Amino acid sequence: MTALAKLLRTTAFKIVAAYLVIFALFAAGVILYLGRHTQQLVVSQITETVDADVRNLVQQFRTGGIRRLVDAVDRLANQPGSNLYLVTTYSGDTLAGNLTDTPSSVLENEGWSEISYRRSEEGSSAGPARALVRVSFLSGGFRLLVGRDFEERDRLRQILVQPARVAFVLIVVMGVAGGIFVARRVLKRIDSMTATNERIMAGDLSGRLAITGSGDEFDRLANSLNAMLERIEALMAGVKQVSDNIAHDLKTPLTRLRNRAEEALRNAKTEGDYRAALELTIDESDNLIRTFDALLMIARAEAGEARKGMTDFDATDVAESVTELYEPLAEEKGLHLKVDTHGPMPIHGSRELVSQALANLVDNAIKHGMPTSSATNGEICIATSREDGRVVLSVADRGVGIPLEDRARVVERFTRLEASRSRPGAGLGLSLASAVAHLHGGELRLEDHEPGLRVALVLPTSPHERA
Amino acid sequence: MYMQPVKTDSFVETANAMRLLVVEDDRDAAGYLRKAFREAGHVCEVANDGEEGLALALDGEFDVFIIDRMLPKRDGLSVISEIRKRGVTTPVLILSALGQVDDRVTGLRAGGDDYLAKPYAFSELLARVEALARRVAPQAADTVYRVGELELDRLAHRVVRSGKEIPLQPREFRLLEYLMRHAGQVVTRTMLLENVWDYHFDPQTNVIDVHVSRLRSKIDKGYDKPLLHTVRGTGYMIRDGAR
Repeated sequence: MTALAKLLRTTAFKIVAAYLVIFALFAAGVILYLGRHTQQLVVSQITETVDADVRNLVQQFRTGGIRRLVDAVDRLANQPGSNLYLVTTYSGDTLAGNLTDTPSSVLENEGWSEISYRRSEEGSSAGPARALVRVSFLSGGFRLLVGRDFEERDRLRQILVQPARVAFVLIVVMGVAGGIFVARRVLKRIDSMTATNERIMAGDLSGRLAITGSGDEFDRLANSLNAMLERIEALMAGVKQVSDNIAHDLKTPLTRLRNRAEEALRNAKTEGDYRAALELTIDESDNLIRTFDALLMIARAEAGEARKGMTDFDATDVAESVTELYEPLAEEKGLHLKVDTHGPMPIHGSRELVSQALANLVDNAIKHGMPTSSATNGEICIATSREDGRVVLSVADRGVGIPLEDRARVVERFTRLEASRSRPGAGLGLSLASAVAHLHGGELRLEDHEPGLRVALVLPTSPHERA
Repeated sequence: MYMQPVKTDSFVETANAMRLLVVEDDRDAAGYLRKAFREAGHVCEVANDGEEGLALALDGEFDVFIIDRMLPKRDGLSVISEIRKRGVTTPVLILSALGQVDDRVTGLRAGGDDYLAKPYAFSELLARVEALARRVAPQAADTVYRVGELELDRLAHRVVRSGKEIPLQPREFRLLEYLMRHAGQVVTRTMLLENVWDYHFDPQTNVIDVHVSRLRSKIDKGYDKPLLHTVRGTGYMIRDGAR
């Protein structure tokens, strides 16, 4: 693409072209208006001159009769640059004047008219010219015609048209030059943005667009593009982490699975041995499937895919229903599940996912919430409350808790603290809860319950409730 | 898993032979299903693509259709909606690698009756297929369920065993109601979680077991003949052992 073709395609150029057309039309309008107005002025001057002449000649006629009028006309008509004169009899015979070829119809009506004429003394070489004439009927059937050439008007038109042309050309030239200047400036910045983008696309995700600090549209655009890059980079890091996790945390159980099968092939003697090995294999693969499902679920929640199926539901209802599900299990483990709710708390989201997130938190609390000393009773409290227009679904236990420095880490996938390595679970519960909270535009908070851990799902209230 | 003999005898005893249609493009998986269903005492036909499946479904007499969601020639969901459009009411179980909530919802909306995500345990599939076949049986509408001397009145919300009323929590009542509706059939933990609690996720720990053992202590404790049985590796079954 040539530079010109590129220029012609730019938005800046199109805007400039549009402005140019508007300005040209405007300038043409002004010039036309001025021209019209000036011409009217000239015409009214002509009529005034003619009127004065007519008054004077009629006066001559009244005092001295036709002879005096003819003398006066002859005198006036022979002056250089004179008006046009013609005196005729009733039958149309010329008595005096400097006009020839006057159509007789002009003389039949009293008053103003526009005619083409030929001056008698200039011979036939000059072409016909236009003039404004006034015809007056005098007593005795004589007719007097006084007129003036439009020459002045035409000369004035010439005077006006020439500068108008120049001005018009100037406007066009300046418009085009300005357009090219603006377009080049805009193009330059866009080209530099494009270049940066291409570098980023080539793999340098940490690159950012330059900001001039002027706060103009380009800065705003660059800012928003930078924010988008930020998000993409975070997502890419997430994807990388997931693949690293899969490599590490799924390969470990797969290795175990394979080792067991090999060992069974090598050492199993009886059918019972084989059966036991196969059952272990199935258990192990079920665990793997479970881990895989949880990973997929987290990935989907993080990608925001579940947003389309969201409805309004009651957080209190979810808390009570999950408590009811886990209550017998907790009791069996010697823990007491307590639910502390305060009326309906509508939220907008996926009931299934929020239930699952809460179930994971309760499951964690039951697994890790055993009181460390017999002084505290093993109570797990599931509560709903409101906080700054948001709904808080929390699970609090009296277990060992999580040290402050580990709290950010436990939310990551597959993180299991040393203390819980020996217990079942893949370390995905908190990751899922956190992903669900973010999907709903909320957050997951880990707090000290002194002693123990309090995990809170903070979710925005339903928009219908707020309205 | 399907080869565990513990279950096989109970299947043979409880389930009348069903005619099943499996529409599945993976020939290995389809062959495995046919073999496993036959061992469980059922008749099983296999179609390997959507068009063939649709033709067989409209043609033959089946008790349950088992249809994979992604099929060559014609998509599973479109097969199901076409079957339903032609007025065939045979229960459909959808098999799918997509296990998420919204996928299940679209599957059921297309006219499926149950949804099972891959990979699955055959025992789970078998239990669900048997439950589906039973769903069309008339006794589902009964107001009183009876198993041995245990009686559940769905309208009066009363449970009586040998003339003695057993007080149950609302959830325990619904749990027992579901088990008794499928008396003589294996009911898996997932089926209970889905139908009694309406949860479609995996609760990590086997919370259902604790609920069932609580229920068992209420209805079986103090009676010499247990009615609520654990089917190892699969789930539970309520039945009158003496029958």
